[in-house]
Amino acid sequence: MTSRSLVILIGLALLALVPPVAGALGMPALQGTATRIVIYAIAAVSLDLILGYGAMVSFGHAMFFGLGGYAVAIVAYHTNMGQPLWGWEGTNAALIVWPLALAACGLLAVVTGWFALKTAGVQFIMITLAFAQMVFFILVSLQMYGGDDGLMMDARNALPLIDLTDNRTFYYVCLAVLVGWTALCASIVNSRFGLVFQALRQSERRAVNLGIRPLHFRLTGFVLSALGTGMAGVLWANYALFVTPDMAAWSKSGEFMAMVVLGGLGTLIGPIAGAAVFILLEQLLAGWTEHWMIIMGPILTLIALFGQRGLLGRWVGGRRG
Amino acid sequence: MLLFVEQVLNGLQYGAMLFMLASGLTLIFGIMGVINLTHGAFYMVGAYCAAFAILETGSFLVGMAAAILGAGLYAVAVELAVIQWLYRRDHLYQVLATLGLILFTNEAVAMIFGRQPPFVDIPPALSGTLRVLPGLDYPVMRLAFIAVGAAVAVGLWFLVNRTRVGMLIRAGADDREMVDALGVDVKRLYTSLFGLGGALCGLAGVMAAPLLAIEVGMGERVLITTFVVIVIGGVGSIRGALVGALLVGMVDSLGRAYLPQIMQMMLPPSVADTLSAGLVSASIYVLMAIVLVFRPLGLVPARS
Repeated sequence: MTSRSLVILIGLALLALVPPVAGALGMPALQGTATRIVIYAIAAVSLDLILGYGAMVSFGHAMFFGLGGYAVAIVAYHTNMGQPLWGWEGTNAALIVWPLALAACGLLAVVTGWFALKTAGVQFIMITLAFAQMVFFILVSLQMYGGDDGLMMDARNALPLIDLTDNRTFYYVCLAVLVGWTALCASIVNSRFGLVFQALRQSERRAVNLGIRPLHFRLTGFVLSALGTGMAGVLWANYALFVTPDMAAWSKSGEFMAMVVLGGLGTLIGPIAGAAVFILLEQLLAGWTEHWMIIMGPILTLIALFGQRGLLGRWVGGRRG
Repeated sequence: MLLFVEQVLNGLQYGAMLFMLASGLTLIFGIMGVINLTHGAFYMVGAYCAAFAILETGSFLVGMAAAILGAGLYAVAVELAVIQWLYRRDHLYQVLATLGLILFTNEAVAMIFGRQPPFVDIPPALSGTLRVLPGLDYPVMRLAFIAVGAAVAVGLWFLVNRTRVGMLIRAGADDREMVDALGVDVKRLYTSLFGLGGALCGLAGVMAAPLLAIEVGMGERVLITTFVVIVIGGVGSIRGALVGALLVGMVDSLGRAYLPQIMQMMLPPSVADTLSAGLVSASIYVLMAIVLVFRPLGLVPARS
C-alpha cells in the first residue's frame, strides 16, 4: 500500500467517524465544524486543480463560491415569497436548483476565464481578483436580496429519498460530494486532458509547438474548478441557510489559496487536510482571543515562506513550490 | 457644464491618490518581481500615523512627516522581515505571505489605535474653497491633493530618468544579475525602493486623511483599485501608472455623476437605481476588461 492510499484511508475514516464520535462525546458543535471543513475542502480541491496542476493563480475563486450560494438563496427567496422569477414559479428541488446554480457559475467562469486567460502571471492574479470584486460589489448592491446584510433561507433544498434537513445526513451528503469530486479531479488530472493541462504548466512553449491550443485547455480547467467551487457555495448556502456578499470577498479567495498551499499544492488530497487545519486553527484562535488575526496573519506568512510542500506533500507526492 | 468640470476635478484628485499608490506598486513589481498586497496597508499605516501626530501636535506638517516616515519605515521593516525572502519565489507564495501581513497589520493597527476611526480636520491653510470658474467653488484641500500628485509625478520622472539611483532602478528592471555583477548593492537598492514605495503610500494616506474615513481595512479597498490601475496602464511602467490612475479616476468620478442619469433615461426608475449603483462600483473593472481585450499588456507597457 502506498503512503498516498494510506493517507486517503485514514482521512476518510476520520471524516466518516465524526458524526458518531460527536454524538458519543455530546459535542454536536463538532459535527458543524466538520461540515464546514468538508465544504471548504471541496472549494480547496477545486482550486488546487488549476493552482497546483495548471499554475493558474486565481485570486478570485470566492466569486464562484458566492454566486453558487446566492443562486440557491435567490431561487429559495422567490419560491417562498411567491414572486415568480422571470415567470418561473421557483422550486425547492435540489435536483433542479443545484444544476441551475452550477450553470450560473460555469457561465461566469467562461466569461471571466476568457478575459483573464488573455494574460498570465501577475496580470492573471489581479484580473481574477478584480472580477471577484465586481461580483462582490454587485451582490452588495442587490438591495432586493438584502444588500450588505445578506439573504436568509427558510429551509434546505430537498433531495428525493434523502432527508437533508437532518444535520447528520447533510454532513454525509457533503462528504460524498467531496469524495466523489476529489476522485473525479484525480481521474481528470491523469487523463489525456490532465496531462496536456500539466504540460502547459511545465512548458507552454513546448506544448504549443506540439500543436496544443493553450486557451481551450486552460479555460476548460478554469471552468471545472469554478464548478467545484460553486458546488461548495451551494452546499454552504444549504448548511448555513444564510448567504452574504462576504462569501465573494477577496479575503475568502485568499483563505482558499492558503488551504491549498497549507495542505500541499498539486496533491488534491493535501488541500482537504489544509482546509481542516485552517478551520480548526481559526476556531481555536478565535475562541482564545478576539485579536486572533494577529496570530493567524503571521501563520499564513510563515506557511508561504517555509511550507513549500505543505502538510501532506511528503506523503502524497506533492512537488516543491 | 459646471458639474462636468467639477467631476473632472474630482477625477483628477482621485487619480492623484491612485497614482501615488500605483507608482510604488508598479515599480516594486517591475523591478523586484514581487506582488505586494501589503501596499494598501502602508497607506493605512500612513493615515493612522498622520491622524495620531496631528492629534498630538495639531500641526498638519508634522502629520505629513509622521505619515511618510511611519509608512516608509514600516515598508522597510516588512521588506527586511518577509519580502526579501520572496524575490525568487512563485507569485502564489508572494500573494499568500503578503496576505498574512495584511491581516497582521490590520489587527495590529486596531489594537494600537483602537477601533474608533480617528478624525482629521482640514488644516486652516488648505480649508475653504477657491473659485476655479465663475460659479464653481472647489475645495482647496482637493486642489492641493492634485498639486501633490502632480509634484510626485514630476519628482518620480526626475528620479528615474535624471539621477544615478534612477539609472540603477532602470538597469535593475532590465537585468538584475548584470547590475549585481557590476558591483551595485542590489539588496540595498531593493530595500530603499520598498521604503520609497511605502513613503509614497504614506503621503497618499496623509493627504486622504481629511477627505476620507480613516479605518481598518481602508487599505484593501484602495489596493484592489490600484491593481486595476496598473493592469490598465501596464505592469511595471510608471507612465502606465499615471495614465491608468487618471483614466480610472475619471471613469469612477464621471460614472458616479452621469451613469444614474443615463440609466434612468433607458430603464424604469426602480430598476435603474439598483442597477446603476452596482454598475458604478463595477465600472472600473469593466474598463479594465475592455482594455485587456485590445491591449493585454496594458496601455503603456514597460519595455522589458
